[in-house]
Amino acid sequence: MTAEAPDALRVENIAKRFGSVTALQDVSLHLRKGEVLGLIGDNGAGKSTLIKIITGFHRPDAGRIYLDGEEVELKSVSQAQRLGIQTVYQDLALVNDMTVYHNMFLNKEITWRPLPLLNNRKMKHLTRRYLDDIGVSIPSIETEVAMLSGGQRQAIAVARAVYSEDARILLLDEPLAAMGAKEGAMILDLVQRLKESGGVSIILIAHNYAHVLEVCDRVNVLQHGRITYDKPAAETSVEELTELMVSEYRRARTGGGG
Amino acid sequence: MTQATVSERIRDVGFLRRLLTRPELAAVAGAVLVFVFFAIVAGDRGFLTFGGTMSYLVVAAQLGIVAVPVALLMINGEFDLSVGSMVGAAGIIIAITVTEFGWPLFAGALLACVFALLVGAFNGWVVIKTGLPSFIVTLAMLFALRGLTIGFSRLITGRTQIGGLGAATEGDPLRVIFAGEIAGIPVAVFWWLGLAVLGTYVLQRTVFGNWIFGVGGDKVAARNVGVPVNRVKVILFMCTALSAALLATIQVMDAGSADVLRGQLLELQAIAASVIGGVLLTGGYGSVVGAVFGALIFGMVQQGIFFTGVNTDWFLVFVGAMLLVAVLFNNVIRKRASKG
Ligand SMILES: Nc1ncnc2c1ncn2[C@@H]1O[C@H](COP(=O)(O)OP(=O)(O)O)[C@@H](O)[C@H]1O
Ligand SMILES: [Mg+2]
Repeated sequence: MTAEAPDALRVENIAKRFGSVTALQDVSLHLRKGEVLGLIGDNGAGKSTLIKIITGFHRPDAGRIYLDGEEVELKSVSQAQRLGIQTVYQDLALVNDMTVYHNMFLNKEITWRPLPLLNNRKMKHLTRRYLDDIGVSIPSIETEVAMLSGGQRQAIAVARAVYSEDARILLLDEPLAAMGAKEGAMILDLVQRLKESGGVSIILIAHNYAHVLEVCDRVNVLQHGRITYDKPAAETSVEELTELMVSEYRRARTGGGG
Repeated sequence: MTQATVSERIRDVGFLRRLLTRPELAAVAGAVLVFVFFAIVAGDRGFLTFGGTMSYLVVAAQLGIVAVPVALLMINGEFDLSVGSMVGAAGIIIAITVTEFGWPLFAGALLACVFALLVGAFNGWVVIKTGLPSFIVTLAMLFALRGLTIGFSRLITGRTQIGGLGAATEGDPLRVIFAGEIAGIPVAVFWWLGLAVLGTYVLQRTVFGNWIFGVGGDKVAARNVGVPVNRVKVILFMCTALSAALLATIQVMDAGSADVLRGQLLELQAIAASVIGGVLLTGGYGSVVGAVFGALIFGMVQQGIFFTGVNTDWFLVFVGAMLLVAVLFNNVIRKRASKG
């Protein structure tokens, strides 16, 4: 990754409150074209909130968002999708009672254009191809996702976002959370492949720092509603990141404030 | 090679399972059972004649016209308890405009439809804005709308029943569409079947249908992926109200009169027909075909009991028992479906 690559995404001074809870105080970060940015931080730090602002789900109380250097006002998830922003939500976004392939194409249904009629055959075909491509095995794409394991569901959510024709920016909010080691490796592999293909820029949230360093170009830490740390992955280590996170806890416990 | 045979087997099992776990299975089986029952008990008393068949089809059709959109709304995760009051209101609107104001039938029916669409949109809007359950919001509308209907009817005409529509609409071409017969079959039956086909098509084959399932199954997930959740809901509330206005037009033409109390309990019958048809009260699951058969069962039971010669007072007992049995049966199917 060259340092000179222009920013695909830049957010400045983002703030967001939920009632009395300040989730984000003043967040500024940037994501270069073709880059994989690792975003880490404690539970409740506001990572998911930031993702949901960039994906048009929440409106920020303050701050600006730039795509390819141009300021945008994101009013809805659909609008963000049209601008090429695709998301894997931490709380997934699958409808349990729907089949695998209907979930894969919810709100991106393939139709017999110009009629709004579902082209189920094509959706099934593509679903199978996407899942094969990731390498995850799902017995039948016509079963409801309720019957699948957490890892399988996560894989569907990832495939859904990754294989959007127009995905330019991918936001992956803890995509490895529900996964076993093998499934997790598949997703990391996929991220690596996407990175090499060069078309998309990715923000990856994960708690396993080894995973983060394995695929990310740069790491940001979100603490107390701000970005407190920004370094190339090559210049940091699992130890440093762990120390960074734990030291805060120690300070808090010893009453040192902070 | 082995790969192929394995996936073949999965497909076969899947097909059989799919057939046996269709949401409407209980309703279809129930309809057949009810038909056979009355064919045996009342077959020689006219149940099986053309006239007998029409008598229950008309009852089923009048319920079914409303049950189809109600089923869609319930699959979407919402209730509309105001459809019965809407039938009364729409009927009175048509009767007053036509007989008191001298409007042509189409103008009165059009006003009733516009009014219904506004009430439906209002229901949806209140549900979305307040976050209150639609059960409560439309329950309030059930009372308010009925009260408005009675109040305005008495205010304008001094009565709660308005007759004379037959004479006032004599020769009106719209009569054919709403009150005529085709080959001896009342047009209401065609409206019912037409709406059933349309509803099934929309639900199973269109993008909007996919959204209905998505929103009903998990509102947050659907919103996460950008489905316009609120728009889907409002459109469906407008559809249920519009279907009530359609039914009101048919009834008013049929009877030649309107009554402020028309449509009472219709909302619960439509829910019962949907639930018998396999629609889940919590949304996200069900079919239009099921609700169609649910309505058919209603019609057959109501008229069938009449044909047996047993006092029709017992009709509701039968309906209650049917409802419970059908829902228990649906539960079994549903459990089997989710076990795979
Ligand atoms: N929809 C919401 N309503 C109210 N509070 C919320 C909402 N979403 C997040 N929060 C609060 O905002 C803070 C940040 O949450 P979140 O962004 O989920 O953190 P993270 O993803 O880093 O664990 C938490 O205190 C959480 O309780
Ligand atoms: Mg989170």
